[in-house]
Amino acid sequence: MTPSAGSDPSLWVLFRGQLRRDLKLAFGQPSELANPLAFFVVVITLFPLGVSPEPGVLAGMAPGVLWIAALLATLLGLEALFRRDRDDGTLEQMVLRAQPLYLPVVARMLAHWMVTGAPLTLLAPLLGGMLNLAPEARLPLMLGLALGTPVLVLLGGVGAALTVGLRTGGVLLALLVLPLFVPVLILGVSAAELASSGLDPTGPLLWLAAGASFAITTVPFAIAAALRIGVETG
Amino acid sequence: MSHAVLDICGLRCERDDRELFADFDLRIGAAEAVQLRGPNGAGKTTLLRCIAGMHPEYEGSIQLLGAPVAGERLLFVGHRPGISGLLTAADNLRWHLDLAGWHGAGDVVTAALTRVGLTGYDDVPCQQLSAGQQRRVALARLALPTAQVPLWLLDEPFTALDDAGLNLVSGLMADRLAGGGAILFTTHQPAPELPGLSTRWIGAAA
Repeated sequence: MTPSAGSDPSLWVLFRGQLRRDLKLAFGQPSELANPLAFFVVVITLFPLGVSPEPGVLAGMAPGVLWIAALLATLLGLEALFRRDRDDGTLEQMVLRAQPLYLPVVARMLAHWMVTGAPLTLLAPLLGGMLNLAPEARLPLMLGLALGTPVLVLLGGVGAALTVGLRTGGVLLALLVLPLFVPVLILGVSAAELASSGLDPTGPLLWLAAGASFAITTVPFAIAAALRIGVETG
Repeated sequence: MSHAVLDICGLRCERDDRELFADFDLRIGAAEAVQLRGPNGAGKTTLLRCIAGMHPEYEGSIQLLGAPVAGERLLFVGHRPGISGLLTAADNLRWHLDLAGWHGAGDVVTAALTRVGLTGYDDVPCQQLSAGQQRRVALARLALPTAQVPLWLLDEPFTALDDAGLNLVSGLMADRLAGGGAILFTTHQPAPELPGLSTRWIGAAA
């Protein structure tokens, strides 16, 4: 056999192939899939029990509590993001073979967001009801999470890629990425708070949308570079 | 004007402050195979990783067909298999095809699995296979159409394989050599009979 015309590199094949693989991997481990979501639900149920069941108190802190819980749930799933791929050698094959590496990285992050950020976004209004979140704040909360969680996942991906070569990267990962999560947290919470006090939440949401566009286009390059370093030091 | 497939010139590499090799030269032409031998820790794996571009701390030049090495023109099978244990053999191979941008028919996966003697295992997650079978899945990559690249780098390809597996892999290697490819591989076992095979020692026994 000689190299045939069918072996022309195709970017779409590369992207789709990685997405399909990562989704299959994610759904192959239902427990890992459910962990961040269960964590999110449990943390939020603790607040009425631990702080106060008073509807007014809960409504006041609902946006902050929901966002912080979503942020921590995102963090929970990050450590394993590239670790297994590194251990079984698929990461080095990806870095070696994929041209450009940007595409499978985007697919990897998209798959991760689909199993963490997206379900968190969908669950949030339900849990908001439990915390007596104002009804008019539900949509801004969801929009904020829909725009903010991709940023969280991508920034977390940089941290996960940088710590992939380390034996115990867990705490370091949290220290690296939590400060970067702060702007997203502030914007997301203020959108929901503005809406619950009857004001227009468009401003912070637009900022989040800008952040998300910027992160989606640029951060995968940083992740790809960090993964390359991780493979080279392995 | 023809270039050797792989041309290494004056390579010097350190690892953990220890010089692994210096002034190392190696030329592999088309349809040639080189078996790399040397004691444990001599730097065989490091050399392969240097060539593959995964160990950038070296001095000297490494050229693939007269150009700097590009990942899509070589195939690297390392100690880590590049196979995900949670996915089936077929899914793993499909991913390797996608990674190389292959958009031909998917039946090449079945063909490759048949070639390495894993017919009927294509829907079993790889972690449920034996070590030798997992090795066969990793080596089934050599039977995919995307393996038709100028250079193969195989790190201990015969580990965990039985006699039949060994014959199988040397058959795949012979096919590639007949197709004009070049192969650089390491093994501690006696090398299989291959046309155009030579042995190169590195480290203490050089």
